Amino acid sequence: MSTPDTASRAGVLGFGTAERRTLLAPIVDNNPITVQVLGICSALAVTTRMDKALVLGIGVILVIAAANLAVSLLRHHTPPSIRIIVELSIIASLVILVDQVLRATMYELSLELSVYVGLIITNCIVMGRAEGFAMNNPPGASLLDGIGNGLGYALLLVLVAFARELLGAGKVFGATVLPLVKDGGWYEPNGLMLLAPSALFIVALLIWAVRTVRPAQQEKD
Amino acid sequence: MALDPKRRDSAPYTIAFAAAVCVVCALAVSLAAVGLQPRQQANARAYMHKNVLIAAGLVQPGERVGDAEVRRLLAERIEVRLLDFATGKLLPADGLDALAYDQRRARNEPATSRAAPPNRAGVARLPHYGQVYLVKKDGRVEQVVLGVEGLGMWGTIYGFVALAPDGNTVRGLTYYDQKETPGLGGEIGNPSWQALWQGRRGYDERGQARITVIKGAAGTPEQDPLRVDGLSGATITSNAITQLMQFWLSEHGYGRWLETFRESNGHGKGPSG
Repeated sequence: MSTPDTASRAGVLGFGTAERRTLLAPIVDNNPITVQVLGICSALAVTTRMDKALVLGIGVILVIAAANLAVSLLRHHTPPSIRIIVELSIIASLVILVDQVLRATMYELSLELSVYVGLIITNCIVMGRAEGFAMNNPPGASLLDGIGNGLGYALLLVLVAFARELLGAGKVFGATVLPLVKDGGWYEPNGLMLLAPSALFIVALLIWAVRTVRPAQQEKD
Repeated sequence: MALDPKRRDSAPYTIAFAAAVCVVCALAVSLAAVGLQPRQQANARAYMHKNVLIAAGLVQPGERVGDAEVRRLLAERIEVRLLDFATGKLLPADGLDALAYDQRRARNEPATSRAAPPNRAGVARLPHYGQVYLVKKDGRVEQVVLGVEGLGMWGTIYGFVALAPDGNTVRGLTYYDQKETPGLGGEIGNPSWQALWQGRRGYDERGQARITVIKGAAGTPEQDPLRVDGLSGATITSNAITQLMQFWLSEHGYGRWLETFRESNGHGKGPSG
């Protein structure tokens, strides 16, 4: 590349403070869900069970990382007038790849995730990182940014799913933790946890918790 | 090599770049689709077999069982036979691998299927032969699992229904391949809704296929054997289920064979009460 980029001069292999920040900031300090409130739709849909949340989270990490890398590599060659649609084509192709691989390897889970794998395409985080970061930064930093944002998203998904599966079905990863009353145990499951609104409540509680710990994230009225 | 922004925005360059991106993306997607297709098809078939076992109650919905376990249960507990829809009789068991028979492919090939009689289930073609899964215990037929299909809101719905030896009482049901709206019509895939079918009857006293998915809630199977709770927000899917169940239980589907099956199990002519 002939034009040096401003964000990082360390290259792909040098891993300094700037790179660590790029990777780790999106996990808590700038989490796409709790801070930017992006990608909420899938956070509602797939978080009834931890295995679903984890697989979708991994899918999103792979898609964001690869999309960021590809968009960044092409950034000096992409015509500005069609850059959004180029980004979208790359993201859509990657999502189809993830979907096809899921169907070949985890068939039943892919049936349960149904449309939500395909809907990664419309996940605002993926597009947001491609357009907001990868278009202006070198491939190494973009890859890290993608992995970081994917991790932040996946972490939130798994946390929400943990609360929903535990309180809604008394299970963690399908293994019974709280024996249900109907199976002779003592735990009366909270049916609300299996419905979509509960994910909003949990996300809101998490945002509250993060902003209490990190007051800098609180918005001034 | 970075191009200067002016040249990058020229029409020929933009078109060439867009074309190149399309070709690369299309290549990646089609290679993955073609390369992974055999495994996906094998998975789909294994999943279909698992659903025969789920309908028969030999595997619980959501239970994780390996392919080997599915094959073992199929071999031990289930005898697969082919039914000739035209005559209503089973083909002789020997000399053909009824488990390997692909009913969906047979239905799509002109040589192995015929136009279906007019029906409201959206069934356009009927294969000459259909699979009948006889579930056995200690050498006796305990129940029978039959494949059903019909047109839903967004695509074809495929399922299995398990009937008791009276050829009438529903023991279990699954819809394992469907494209209905998730959360609305897609709830036909929900095991708790499928469980509502247990104990319902396919036929009324006169032997007419009458099982119906109604609007609202039905009574218990004892009080209300011919009706099943509807799915709210999914009238088209609910009606599709009614139509497809009635079609496959009718004389065009498994109806005639079920009559002989019922008699051979000592349940007399006509459905027992």
